[in-house]
Amino acid sequence: MSDNKDIHTPKSQAARWYDLFSRGARDWLRHNEKVREAVRERLPELISSGDVISGDGERKVQVPVRFLQHFRFRLSESSEAQGVGQGEAEPGDVLRRARAPGESGKGEGGSGEGSLEFVLELKVDDIVDWLWEELQLPNLQTKAGAMEDDEYTREGWDRRGVRSRLDRRRSLKEAIKRRSVQTEGPVFSNEDLRYRQLVKRQRPATQAVVFFALDVSSSMGERDRKLAKTFFFWVVQGLRRQYTRIVPVFVAHTVQAWEFNEEEFFQVRGSGGTVASTAFNTVLEIIGERFDPTRYNIYLFYASDGENFSHDRQPAREALQALGRCVNFMGYVETSGPQMKALRTETADLFRESASQGTPAGSYPLGEESDVWEAIRGFFRQQQATEEA
Amino acid sequence: MSDQLAHYATKIESLARGLGLDYYPVVFEQVPDSFMMEVAVYGLPVRMPHWSFGVRYIYQLVQHRMGHSRLFEVVFPGNPGRAYLAHNNSLQENTLVTAHVLGHADFAKNNLLFQTSQEQVGYQIVEQAAGHAHQISMAMDEHGVEHVEAVLDAALSLEQYIDIDQGLRRPRYAEYAPGEIPKVADGFQARFQALPSDRERPSAAKQRQRAPIPAHPEHDLLWFIAQYGAELEDWERDIFLAVREESFYFYPVFACQIMNEGWASYWHARLLREADFLPSQVYLDAIKAHSDVVRPYAADQQVSLSINPYHLGFSMWEKIVEEQGLEAARRIMQQNDDFGFIRNHLDDALAEELKLFQYTARRDGEIIVSDSRLHDLHDTILGPKYNFGAPRIYVEALQADGTLELRHEHDVDGRGLDVPSAEKVLEYIHRLWRRPVVLHTVDEHGDLRKLVRKRRRDSL
Repeated sequence: MSDNKDIHTPKSQAARWYDLFSRGARDWLRHNEKVREAVRERLPELISSGDVISGDGERKVQVPVRFLQHFRFRLSESSEAQGVGQGEAEPGDVLRRARAPGESGKGEGGSGEGSLEFVLELKVDDIVDWLWEELQLPNLQTKAGAMEDDEYTREGWDRRGVRSRLDRRRSLKEAIKRRSVQTEGPVFSNEDLRYRQLVKRQRPATQAVVFFALDVSSSMGERDRKLAKTFFFWVVQGLRRQYTRIVPVFVAHTVQAWEFNEEEFFQVRGSGGTVASTAFNTVLEIIGERFDPTRYNIYLFYASDGENFSHDRQPAREALQALGRCVNFMGYVETSGPQMKALRTETADLFRESASQGTPAGSYPLGEESDVWEAIRGFFRQQQATEEA
Repeated sequence: MSDQLAHYATKIESLARGLGLDYYPVVFEQVPDSFMMEVAVYGLPVRMPHWSFGVRYIYQLVQHRMGHSRLFEVVFPGNPGRAYLAHNNSLQENTLVTAHVLGHADFAKNNLLFQTSQEQVGYQIVEQAAGHAHQISMAMDEHGVEHVEAVLDAALSLEQYIDIDQGLRRPRYAEYAPGEIPKVADGFQARFQALPSDRERPSAAKQRQRAPIPAHPEHDLLWFIAQYGAELEDWERDIFLAVREESFYFYPVFACQIMNEGWASYWHARLLREADFLPSQVYLDAIKAHSDVVRPYAADQQVSLSINPYHLGFSMWEKIVEEQGLEAARRIMQQNDDFGFIRNHLDDALAEELKLFQYTARRDGEIIVSDSRLHDLHDTILGPKYNFGAPRIYVEALQADGTLELRHEHDVDGRGLDVPSAEKVLEYIHRLWRRPVVLHTVDEHGDLRKLVRKRRRDSL
């Protein structure tokens, strides 16, 4: 072979195979998919970590994740490693000083893989979908209110309409139909055009109001609040799947009760004792003023450490009974130390009593973060059960 | 390739042949940066899909963005050889790279390790690897991504476990242990044995003993699992063998890196020096590119904590050619890998001239230059290259219940395995082997450890 034939340059640069797709990007996407799966398996941990809830109305959560590591056999790390370098250096020279204690040794040794973190953004809706799969919960039926909402839906076609509703597929079909009987007509005519029509329909209102009542008395610590908040957050996400519109209402109480907006609600700090009936009565008042039980599905969640004043027993009982008559469900979340898991408190008794009288009610102990998962599972399972009954 | 470059290339090639370079034709192709980056990650232009490459790809991308690495060319040995040049190389750089590639091509055709590997694996590794990639994509369609990934998790984590001396294609072990070799019967004994006797002679079949599996410590884990994994599906074995074939291709590249890069650098320098047809500006720029590649440490530093294989190899070849002549250098190139090359040809004088030194890096970050002899220097340079850069692990036994028993030669490696990652690898293997998998090693305190992976109902 002569020398100049040894070098070929491919003539056709048009369809270079390596431009068609990036193999690295493909495998990177697959890696991310696997990370998502891994995150999904860790859902219980994920939803119970309070940090997940970033901002109020935000529909995304950011989870820091590590790169997945593909493992190989490797030797255990030795206390010192030998290396060969090049340059001006004499035996005994210190080329790098020891790190001060506490300084991290990042970037030293190893392959470096697994040390990088990246942030995975998950949609809250996705997480809720996963939760539903995980819990194997069906979508709950909506209790239709008496009121009806107007709604526009598509129905039928017309020859006239606005351009944005032109149905091209349908129009083309019409043209084909026409031409099959009309051999000498134009390929396309105005007569063929079809526009989608909208009609006004009424459908039952599906809206809900969710009351979050929180005991902010001095006995409720920071941790208790965070647990309650995490539980509240996921409950709302779950209920969002059922109701097109959810109105959250926030009520905090000590010996008195006040309504707050969401932002203030979780920061509010009270002092003094616990008189639960004040919160229940405030909720009742708000329902009476703004949320007609025939129009709204009403939920109430109450978080407390359960140490209600004993002289408040009777007023609280009466208020709960009144509430029981107009709400879809009442949930009681007890934030207490792990040693107190048994729901043996004053408030727990009240809720148990309501439940035994036929009010849809449930109690969930939240001793530590991992309990949030169980509580959510418990709540929605119970919802499903009451519905089937 | 531009006309100008093609013109130079033709001339450089005839110059190279004149100087005794001997190589298969090389197909040059200019490719975009993204392509070069993927080759750096996969080792081959088209390789089987696996998520772990995605992670390396991102690292490479980040590094590239930060400007830490630049690849001028990549060559794949074979007949024809394939060379890919980065699109944004200048004409001068490409002139240098063309000469460099010819050095690699010469090396790949004549070095014995490369020769054996290519005879076994074939001369079209680029196409073969693409074939494997296709085969694996088909398997994914048929058996599902998850399942194929599980196979690749195991196979790729054992990538380095081949036995180069046994070769790519090797027979299974003999079924039976070799019996006692019968003494050569002389005339009398032959007649005596032929006499009828009342004692029944044991039949040959009864005498034969089943050979243990493996017949000897087996270091080719990929082969062993593919051959003797009773529970493996055939397509799973095929994936193991595909990974193994690529490892046989990668081995010489790995084991001759210093020699090979040095050889190519020696030749690009020499060819450019003798290329009187190059305009002086092209020559100067090309030589500048050369000194950027072949330098021991970054321009703004006095000391480097690693050695640049280009620089080390280049300096060694310069010296060998100068002292022993080209003929001897070619012979050394043919007969060595990095182990022989470093041990035999990196001597005290050169180590001193190159200012090589050994250092100790402690876990707390302190790095101290140590006083060391040449022998230690050799060992430290070669240390990461032994056994394809992996801990030495072999198959000790295949037990009657199908248990795969592996043993780590911790005495050879000097310390035990990192237990958490070893357990993960055992998990990969176990998912495929489907019977218990056992590994013996020592932990960081030097105590014997037996790592076991089995399903709950498996007995052990």
